[in-house]
Formats: sequence, structure tokens, C-alpha cells
Amino acid sequence: MFGEPIVRVEDPRLLTGQGRYLDDLGRGALAAAFVRSPYAHARITGIDVDGALDVDGLVAVYTWEDLPGRVGEPLPLLIPHPALTHGRTAYPLARDVVRHVGEPVVMVVARDRYLAEDAAGRIQVTYQPLPVVVGIEKSASAEYLVHDDVPGNVGAFLVQEVGDAPAAIDAAPHVLEFRLDIERSASMPLEGRGVYARWDADDESLRVYSSTQTSTSVRMAIAAKLGLPPAKVEVIAPDVGGGFGVKIVHPWPEEVLVPWAARLLNQEVKWAEDRREHFVSSAHERGQVQFVRVGFDDEGRVLGLDVKILHDHGAYTPYGIIIPIITSTQLLGPYKLGAYRAEVTSLYTNTLIVTPYRGAGRPQGVFCMERTMDRIAAHLHLDRIDVRAANLIQPDEFPYDQGLIFQDGRPLIYDSGDYPALLRKARDLIGWDSFGSLRAVATAEGRRIGIGFACYVEGTGVGPYEGGHVEVDSSGRVHVSTGLTSQGQGHQTVFAQIAAAELGVPISDVQVTTGDTRRFGYAVGTFASRAAVMSGNAIALACRRLKEKALRIAAEALEADPRDLEIADGQVYVRGNPSASIPLRTVAVLSNPLRYAFDEEAQRATQFATGSSPDEPPIAPGEEPGLEGKDYYSPVRSTFAAGAHAAIVETDPDTAEIRILRYAVVHDCGRLINPRIVEGQIHGGVAQGIAGALYEKMEYDSDGQLLNASFMDFLMPYATEIPRIEIDHLETPSPLNPLGIKGAGEAGVIPVSAVIASAIEDAEGFEISAMPISPDDLFRLRRH
Amino acid sequence: MKPPPFDYHAPRTLGEALDALAEAGGDGKVLAGGQSLIPLLNMRLAAPGQLIDINRVAALDTLVREPGGIRVGALARHSRVERSSGHPLLRQALRHVAHPAIRNRGTVVGSLAHADPAAELPAVLAVLGGWVEVASVSGTRTIPAASFFAGPLESALLPGELAVSAFFPSLPPRSGSAFAELARRHGDYALAGVAAVVELDASGAVTSARIGCLGVAATPLVLDLTPYLMASGAFADAVAYVRERAEPDGDIHASAGYRRHLLGLLAARTLSEAHATASSPGPSAHRITGGTTDE
Ligand SMILES: Cc1cc2nc3c(=O)[nH]c(=O)nc-3n(C[C@H](O)[C@H](O)[C@H](O)COP(=O)(O)OP(=O)(O)OC[C@H]3O[C@@H](n4cnc5c(N)ncnc54)[C@H](O)[C@@H]3O)c2cc1C
Repeated sequence: MFGEPIVRVEDPRLLTGQGRYLDDLGRGALAAAFVRSPYAHARITGIDVDGALDVDGLVAVYTWEDLPGRVGEPLPLLIPHPALTHGRTAYPLARDVVRHVGEPVVMVVARDRYLAEDAAGRIQVTYQPLPVVVGIEKSASAEYLVHDDVPGNVGAFLVQEVGDAPAAIDAAPHVLEFRLDIERSASMPLEGRGVYARWDADDESLRVYSSTQTSTSVRMAIAAKLGLPPAKVEVIAPDVGGGFGVKIVHPWPEEVLVPWAARLLNQEVKWAEDRREHFVSSAHERGQVQFVRVGFDDEGRVLGLDVKILHDHGAYTPYGIIIPIITSTQLLGPYKLGAYRAEVTSLYTNTLIVTPYRGAGRPQGVFCMERTMDRIAAHLHLDRIDVRAANLIQPDEFPYDQGLIFQDGRPLIYDSGDYPALLRKARDLIGWDSFGSLRAVATAEGRRIGIGFACYVEGTGVGPYEGGHVEVDSSGRVHVSTGLTSQGQGHQTVFAQIAAAELGVPISDVQVTTGDTRRFGYAVGTFASRAAVMSGNAIALACRRLKEKALRIAAEALEADPRDLEIADGQVYVRGNPSASIPLRTVAVLSNPLRYAFDEEAQRATQFATGSSPDEPPIAPGEEPGLEGKDYYSPVRSTFAAGAHAAIVETDPDTAEIRILRYAVVHDCGRLINPRIVEGQIHGGVAQGIAGALYEKMEYDSDGQLLNASFMDFLMPYATEIPRIEIDHLETPSPLNPLGIKGAGEAGVIPVSAVIASAIEDAEGFEISAMPISPDDLFRLRRH
Repeated sequence: MKPPPFDYHAPRTLGEALDALAEAGGDGKVLAGGQSLIPLLNMRLAAPGQLIDINRVAALDTLVREPGGIRVGALARHSRVERSSGHPLLRQALRHVAHPAIRNRGTVVGSLAHADPAAELPAVLAVLGGWVEVASVSGTRTIPAASFFAGPLESALLPGELAVSAFFPSLPPRSGSAFAELARRHGDYALAGVAAVVELDASGAVTSARIGCLGVAATPLVLDLTPYLMASGAFADAVAYVRERAEPDGDIHASAGYRRHLLGLLAARTLSEAHATASSPGPSAHRITGGTTDE
């Protein structure tokens, strides 16, 4: 079961329209809509709501002044860090100054969303425009400030250092210096954000549905904001149509305001984000400028690398500086450098906030390191893979300590891997060594092709913990729950596979619930490729506890030694004597001594039916009724997955169109729970990587207007733009967790920009330093 | 992204439709396939008070081959016309319009009425010298392509008028057509595109060469390149002339310079292809005979 490529059990339901997404719920609820700032930077001088009052069906209009107590305070800064000296967060509704287009200013509640939008359209907000800061250079110049009290627009300044990189570079035989640029993109899930809240006035309790990546933390945040005991707040993540990072941010303004309004109005209130709102009021990622200085020897070994990273974090920093921390640590990839220094300046701009999007800072770091490897190879006239090979950490060097502190506050120690093998497999898969002849044929036909390569290491499964709960009911069904949420990854399948394998039950008997605080209250959330590692292991540990108890109870019933028992196909039996067996469901019945026989099964556990000792309590001290197991998994530190990608691209000599002819992936995420699901994750990741390499960017003009805030102009690729993806695996188990697994969710996206840049550079013969790259960009570069 | 309030009319006859349009005047909008109008409404970029949905007017759901060309009724969807018009240039161009799902709803006439400068069909109608039949309560009129497209998203239709059909003239014998465009993604509106028609005489000499360009001006740009193609060796001059005559705008997807560059390449490609087709012997697939189309 574990390791088999079974098909996703959730798909029939989701693909036939049986999913229950946020907007499928609460049909009768009032609808919220927001008046959002049309200015990137402005002072609010007046709000006139009179026009809205004529709209039949209007229920309420709220501005910041209506928000009481903690509801009106700035949203929390979720991940503080000593280097984030000037963290700033927004008010749920703008208080006096707006700092990006799309910032919510007025909340409208009406009978339905149509009317709410009608009313919102009639509210007049007057603004006094302020100077706008767009773009990293403009922010760094500090001519104008995004926040009056943040000098230089610098939110954080962070240095990561091992050895003395500047000195090592000065002493190196070869030195290169260059600049790299990476544009903004965004998670852009198919389903936007959304919140639906129900207040039960009699019970004084709140139920909130949110399209979130962390229901448990949303619950705590809402409880804190509204002054409710957490026990009176339930948060459920229903089916979620993709997250990719943006839905880990919380509480969003709407996650505070919608429940608050539901309680105040004592009516159900729902807000479902539309696409235009998503573009300007959720979050973006990626934008960085990097200044690289590298010193190396004649074999291409890096003696010192010094990178200055300017990171654009947008108008506020609710998610701290996780992205540039990841960039500056994961930049090292599978390599051991002589010395390393990264200096991050995280800057405010009058643009939408920047929070993790699949890959979370790694694509930028990998772009930097892999571009560096290619430049070294070009400078020394060496093979690009050979230069990489010369710098690799060797298999016998694990655990390998990079000497830095990772995003979880723990040392950056790689647990396991075989990087030379990865390189070899990727080299073979793409046919690196025979590419010369392929190119010769193409050239003879007047075509231009190039080959590219890139490696990455991805810290996955960050702590602090996740938990799992498993229960076998009296019909033999196995109920698995974990607190972290699902956004379509296939958790129903893989968690069921783990439970089925651990317990020896058919997978069809296993039901998985995620992200429902009614079922599991303690959890962190789904991000950082952590679900399988964290909840997967927690569920395995919970199953082992359950199994141990089941065998104990079964041993008594079968008058056998628990060590001689096994479970297969839902039956506990004596090893070597399959006729001596008892179904797990009967064990579940026996685990719960009963007074009342509510059904036929239950009769077997009632007080006159069991032969329990009259001198012992029916439940022994330290025991609990029921066949349940619960456990937590909390790792000392992250586990490090890795991979190598290679691609062959063709660039049209006339039109400058860029086409990917082949794309190859070799991936190592430790033991594979389900290869089909891992490959699906890789496909999706590579597609998003190609999007970021060739299609997607956020076109802000100098006034801070987002010019391409729709799917017409934001060029998310279609299936027609994504090539077939060839995949090979390597499995080096993680020694850090019981299942030996590593995360796989983000891997696909991470090196794609680096690979494509490498291949275009190879085809065109000039340096590629900025991504994404469009045909028009390539056309322009050719003329320079 | 919910439309502002509007009154909805669902006429069943052309007369009812025209009455509703007349009553609505400047406040009325025709709803055909909805593939362009509904997004505009949802984004509140358009706010007509009266929506006249013509989808139940069966008389408009026609596709008729006539001597000299094909008449496309206002309810003929892209996909049907692509399949059944028998007109090579229409078929060549329609393959580039959006995606199959959109072509199943969107109409050819709606696309002309919408008058997007980057759309394929206006350029096709223009290069063929076709026309649009228009009706209102006060009568009918015929608007030639050359005056139908007035500006970006602006046609010559007046309030109260319905475009009833469009007429795409067929190609004469010994002629060839070709269509090529470049879009950022499969099915997107083009960065630049060209529809070309080349006609030959019995000896194989070029008697006419025209192109219709899209995406490079406010309205479809039709250029007569006959002199260049009649003279031997003047092909490069034709390309230079095309680039010179285009007035593309730069936008977030492509600079004006790149669009101009592409236009030249596409003109050269389509002219060569159209010329080759015209020169190749074989059954004249291009002639259209009368009657209703077979589907
Ligand atoms: C994702 C996407 C991609 C697309 N890509 C392309 C593309 O590459 N190329 C392209 O050409 N188009 C493209 N389109 C547009 C598509 O072709 C539309 O269907 C077409 O432009 C309009 O046709 P319609 O029938 O949908 O018109 P509607 O959306 O119903 O109407 C469009 C406009 O025309 C008016 N109108 C429609 N019919 C009449 C009539 N009979 N008389 C008077 N006025 C009328 C309407 O009032 C409205 O103003 C795309 C659309 C989408 C959604």
C-alpha cells in the first residue's frame, strides 16, 4: 500500500462537481463586498456612504471607525524576527492612509453580492494622493517613504555568513560580478480566498469556514480578535481550490471582519473573493534584485560567494521575512562553498504584500546560484555540469552542516542525499552528452536550440509539529484526522495509504478529515512541503499506538500473546494460525465496555457479556475506552529534499518565440508514499515554474496600478503551453522521521527559471540575467 | 465581479428584437454569445440598462452559401462556421479564435460587432471586402467592412441597430489564402496577425495580392501589395512597406517595434503560402456554390 501509485481517492468527488468549496456553502448568508483603494498611496480625506443607502437590500456599511477594540487594531505580524526591525501590518480597514491599490477601506454587507457591489460602487471615498514608491530601485533610493516612520523604506536587514567571503573572493584566481532580476508572480489558486461565518447567539459560539491553509491558527486569531474563548470558535477549511502559499497568511482582514459582522448582525455573512480582488488584495511573490560577486579556482570550485539581495516585500510585512531568509539559505543548494555571505535588504513599496508562493524564495536563490555556476563554466570554458559536480557535497558527508540558521530557527543541516547520483541521472535523462549532435542537426536546418540544467535543495517538513488521530469504529471504519489543511494535494489518498499500511486494513475502510478544528484542535498548517512529512508521520505514530492497543485487546480475546498477532485486511490473527482471528471492528467494540446495548455489535461489550475480571475496573488505570490512537510528530529540524532539472528549448530566429522541446526532472524526496501523487505535484510545480519563467509577471505602472489584473492579461499558461515532463526518482530516506520521507509539494517549481535561462543562454549565446523572458524581451536582447 | 442591474429581454423574433432595441435606444445592448459582453458586465466596464438576448431568435441562426460568398447569420457560432462555411480563409482564421469552449458560444457576427483591433474576423472581413447587414425598426442597411470598423471596440452600428448577418465573399478561381498570427498563449488575442489573399491569372501571374492586418492599428489594416508581388524580386520591398504602414501600439505584452517586426514576418509567410496555394493545381476548394451548408 505504502509506495503504490494508487489513484487519488478524492478525484471522483472533485471532478464530478461534488466538492464543497467555500462559495458552495451558506447559500442564504448575507454577502460582503469591499470598497478598495484605487490609489497606491494616499490619505483618506473623507468617506461618504449616503449614495449606498438607497440600495434596496443594503444591511450595513462599516469603516475603520466602526471597528471596536482589537478588531480595529493592526493585523498581527505573524512571524517576528530580530532582523525585522521595522515590521508593519495593515489595519483590517484602512485607518487614514492606504498603501497599495486594493487595500480595503469600507466593508459593505447586503442581501446578496450583486447588491453589495451596487452599494459599494456608490460609496464616495476622497483621497489626497501621496508620492508612490514602485520598484526595488525606487524604494532603495528612499526618495519617498511608504511608511513615514520607516527610514530608507527598509523593513529588515539580514546577514547570513559562513567564513569570510569578501576576503576569499579577493584572493581567488577568478572573480565575476553581475546583477540578476526576478519579477513578481503570484500563487493564483483557482479558488480565491473566502470566509463564511455563523454566529450562534444562544450558545455564544462562532463557526467559521475559511478557504485557508491553516484552520487552527485562523481560529486562534479570530478568538483573540473577537475576545472569544477558543473553545467557542470552530474553524473549518472545506474543500479548498488551491492555495500555493497565499492562504497560509492569516488572519486576512476579511477573516476578522466577516465573523465580527456575523456576530454583530446576528446573521450569517459570507465573502467570496473575486479574481480582480485576488490580484490586488491577496499577495504576490518573487520580486528580487541580486548583486552577485563570486571567486573561484581553475576547476570552477567556488571559493567565495557574496550576494546582496534586495527584496521587495510590498506595503506590509504580516508574514515577516520568511521569503528572503529562505532565499539566502537555500541559495546554497547542493554545494559546499569556501565562504558565503548574503546580505538581505527587505524593502517596502506601494504594492501588494509579498508572502510565500510555492517555492517561497527558493526559485530566486536557485536562480542566483545556478546562473553563477553557468557563468563560471562559461568563463573557464568548462562543461556546465562538470562545474556543478566539482562543487557538490558528497554522499559520505551527511549530515552536512551549512553553518547557517534556516527558516525554522534551526541549524541548516542537510540530513541525507546523493547529489552526484542526482546529477548523473539528470544528465542521462536529458541526454546531455549527445546534445551536440542534436544541435548540429538543428543548426543545419536553420533552427536554434539550447540545453539548460539546474539543481536545488529544498528544506521541507519544518516544525514545530503536527498531530494525527485515528479511531476504529464498531463497523470497522477507520477515521483519520489531522489538523493541517488540504488544498488539493491528495491528502485523502496518501494519509489513507499510510493508515492502511500501518494498521493492515483495506484503504477503502479509511476516511481522512483535515483542517477541521472540531476534529483536531492542535496544528500548524500546510506550507513548506510539510504535510506528508509532518502529518504523515504523526498519523503513522498514532496508528502504531492504536495498533498496540488493538493487539492487546485482541490477545485477551484470542488468549494469545500480543507479540504473536498481526493485522491484515482488517482481521487480527495469530501469526501462522489464520483461523484464530478476530475482526478489528470487534476489537473496537470490546475496547469500549458498555452498559447499554444500542445495537447488536454493542451487545458483545455490555457488562454481562464480557468476561472481565470482577476485581479489576473495566477500564484499567491509564487506559481509555475506545480504539483510538493519537500522537504528534515534532522534528528536531527540517529534512532536505533535492533534485536536478534539465531542459532543451528552441528559440525562433525570426519571431523570438521560445518553445520547450523537452523537460526532464530527477527528484529525491526520500521514500515515496505514492509515486503518482509525487509526479502530479512535480507536474504542477513545473507548470508554475514555466509560468514564472516565460509568462507571468505583475505589471505595475509607476503610479502603482496593476495593469494586468485579470486572466486576460496575466498570462497564466494553459495546458497547451506546458510540455510533457519526463521524471526519474531517487530515494534517499530521511533519517529524521519514522517513515523516511521528505516533502515534495514545492520541488517542481524551484529550479525552472534557472533551467530555462540556462537553455536560452545556450541557444542564443548571450547572457540571460532577468526572468521571466518573453519573445519581446528576447527580441530586444538580440538587438543589443 | 457581478454585473450592475439591467432589464433582460428575450425576444423570439427579429421584429421583437428590433422593437426592444428601439425602445432601449442608447441604453440597450445585444447579447449574442456573451463571451465578450459578460466579462465586460461582470467587471462593470459596461453598464447597459437593457440587455436584448438574441439567442432565441431562430431566424438569425443561419449559415447560407450564396453565389459569390457565404452569409453568416448573427447566431452562427464560431465553431459551426469553422466546420461548415466552406470558406478557406474563414476556416484558417477561426482556428486562432480563442479556444473550442469559447468558439462553441461566441458568434462570428458578435466578434465583428465587438470590433476588437486584435481579433481575427474583422481583418478577414476587411481583406475580403465583405459587408455587414444591419436592421433596425426603421429598415435595413448594408455597411461595407471598410467603414464598419470605426475604432478600437467601436463599430458603425448605431443605437437600435442589430447586425443581422455578415457576408464573406468567396475567393475567385486560381487564388489562395493564408492566415498566420502570433499570440502569447494558445488561443489568445494576437500580438499581430495577417490574413492574405493572392489571385493569379491563367498564366500564373499575380493579379492581386492583399493582406488584412490585425493587432497593429485601431482598425483592421488592409494593404494592397499587388504591385510588389507582380514585380519579381520585390518581395522584400513588400515586407518593408507593410512594416512602414503599420501603426502598432506598444503595450504590456509587446512593444510597438516587436509588433512591427512580427507583422513583416507574418506578411511574408502568409503571402508565400497564399501564393503557393493559388499556384498549386487541383480541385478548386475555394469556390463556393449556392445553397445551405451541409454540416
Ligand atoms: C478567453 C477568451 C479568449 C478569446 N480570444 C479571442 C481571440 O483570440 N480572438 C477573437 O476574435 N475573439 C476572442 N474572444 C472573443 C470571442 O471571440 C467572442 O465570442 C467575440 O468577440 C464576441 O462574440 P459573442 O457572440 O460572444 O458576442 P457578445 O459577447 O455577446 O457581444 C459582444 C459585443 O458585440 C455586440 N453584439 C453582439 N452581437 C451583435 C449583433 N448581432 N448586433 C449588434 N451588436 C452585437 C454586443 O452588444 C457586445 O457589445 C475570446 C473570448 C474569451 C472569453
